[in-house]
Amino acid sequence: MSAAAEPILTVDRLSMRFGGLIAVDDVSFVAQRSDITALIGPNGAGKTTVFNCITGFYKPSAGLIRLQHPDGRAYLLERLLNFRVAKVARVARTFQNMRLFAGMTVLENLVVAQHNALMRASAFSFAGLFGLKSYRTAESAALDKAHYWLDRTGLLPRADDPAGSLAYGEQRRLEIARAMCTDPVLLCLDEPAAGLNARESAELNALLKFIRREHGISILLIEHDMSVVMEISDHIVVLDYGVKIADGTPEAIRNDPKVIAAYLGIEDDEVEKVEAEVGL
Amino acid sequence: MEYFVQQLIIGITLGSIYGLIAIGYTMVYGIIGMINFAHGDVFMVGGFIALIAFLALLAIGVTSIPIALFLVLLIAMALTALYGWTVERFAYRPLRHSYRLAPLISAIGMSIILQNYVQIAQGARVKPLPPIVTGSHTLMSSDGFDVELSNIQIIVVLTTVALMVSFSWLVAKTRLGRDMRACEQDLKMASLLGVNIDRTISLTFVIGAALASVAGIMYLLYYGVIDFYIGFVAGVKAFTAAVLGGIGSLPGAMLGGLLIGLIETFWSAYFSIEYKDVAAFSILIVVLIFLPTGILGRPEVEKV
Repeated sequence: MSAAAEPILTVDRLSMRFGGLIAVDDVSFVAQRSDITALIGPNGAGKTTVFNCITGFYKPSAGLIRLQHPDGRAYLLERLLNFRVAKVARVARTFQNMRLFAGMTVLENLVVAQHNALMRASAFSFAGLFGLKSYRTAESAALDKAHYWLDRTGLLPRADDPAGSLAYGEQRRLEIARAMCTDPVLLCLDEPAAGLNARESAELNALLKFIRREHGISILLIEHDMSVVMEISDHIVVLDYGVKIADGTPEAIRNDPKVIAAYLGIEDDEVEKVEAEVGL
Repeated sequence: MEYFVQQLIIGITLGSIYGLIAIGYTMVYGIIGMINFAHGDVFMVGGFIALIAFLALLAIGVTSIPIALFLVLLIAMALTALYGWTVERFAYRPLRHSYRLAPLISAIGMSIILQNYVQIAQGARVKPLPPIVTGSHTLMSSDGFDVELSNIQIIVVLTTVALMVSFSWLVAKTRLGRDMRACEQDLKMASLLGVNIDRTISLTFVIGAALASVAGIMYLLYYGVIDFYIGFVAGVKAFTAAVLGGIGSLPGAMLGGLLIGLIETFWSAYFSIEYKDVAAFSILIVVLIFLPTGILGRPEVEKV
């Protein structure tokens, strides 16, 4: 945890309705800077909906999502749509079902993600077309950065292969590398460990810890794999049926009766007892 | 033999023009998945701008043919690109998040608007251009039949090859090309990575229109006449070429253009000139029955 706890992401009374269905109901939580915050809950709890609101995919029905940059600038993410969330607020995300540019090479996937830096350097294409020095410098910086993340994710030998030809675990790592190439302040990962075996999940843990430690990037992740969640998270938020049912450190969450009930279910004759415990 | 070679030359020239127009169809389809039915009319507008520019340059005393050609190329490309940009900005972009058919209908409307606008502004009559590029070379000769390769045919083919090479380079090697390919594969993801998709789409239309304007100039120089209706016929042919080659594929558009040009020419030469369009479209149907994605098209992989 960072020395001075200050929030990077404040989700305040967020609600998302689709017609009559309330997918997310009045959820509030805070993610601290340089923390790994996990969003967990049973299937259909509304985790991905929260993600989609944060990353500009959905316009929330109600609530505020405030992102505070390290330099003090603040953005209300629900007011930014589309590419502006990535470009202006610098929030990057990955997807549960990966969305790599399968027909482009691994390296190109990472260079596309540096569009904005290259765009400024190329003076909106003109310098790029005429091959000016400033643009060539920027392009080689972009390649250096891409190589750095390829090295970190162990994909360097695959740099010139089409992204679609990578193995499943490699594609997951490439998606994270690509998100990092956008130079984010907040990295949102939707089930990064889904479909990974035990060894790959351990590598993922190491990668995420490295990103947080060396680059000071705050991470928000959705995950079902408890070995990942419990090992790397600083803070866990639990959703069930669109409502936040718990919020705290991994130890606190592990022992929370509400969470246990949500995950494991309870016997009929225990209902009253559990309800009494959780104060319903 | 001589007759065959002569038809081959004519077919390749015609195919080059179709290929240049087909690139505009295929690029737009690749990126936003719509058929830009106004593209053929943008080609026609390019031809008219070239005609006006030629006459204006002659009027102010530019008599050197290479200089005049170069200036006309620049003027026509720039102004037609502006048309391409405007069409996208006002007719398609507002409808991008609407239902799928809306931009298509808007495109048909745009096509009618451009045709009628030119008809009213320039008149419905066929406009001639005095021959600018003359001269030809006799390649072979026998029994009084000469195989002629005219200078204008050389210019058409060389310009097309140069443009296609530089355009392929742009798509494969430059930042803009990378962005275009990223948008083609996953528009939403590209925008999440910070790619300005509106700008990329605009530039796609601009480049497509510029290439179509070059095709318009070539058409004008080659046939020497132009009218407000050429965009429709050439547009349908170029669209057929794009589908034949595999819509969304750049080499496919070039190959498709060439094939349509050759089929049309040979059919007219050996069978009947009245049925040349029937021949071109019949081949399209046959190819699509056996190769539904066109000759070089990728099969569409549905993502889960």
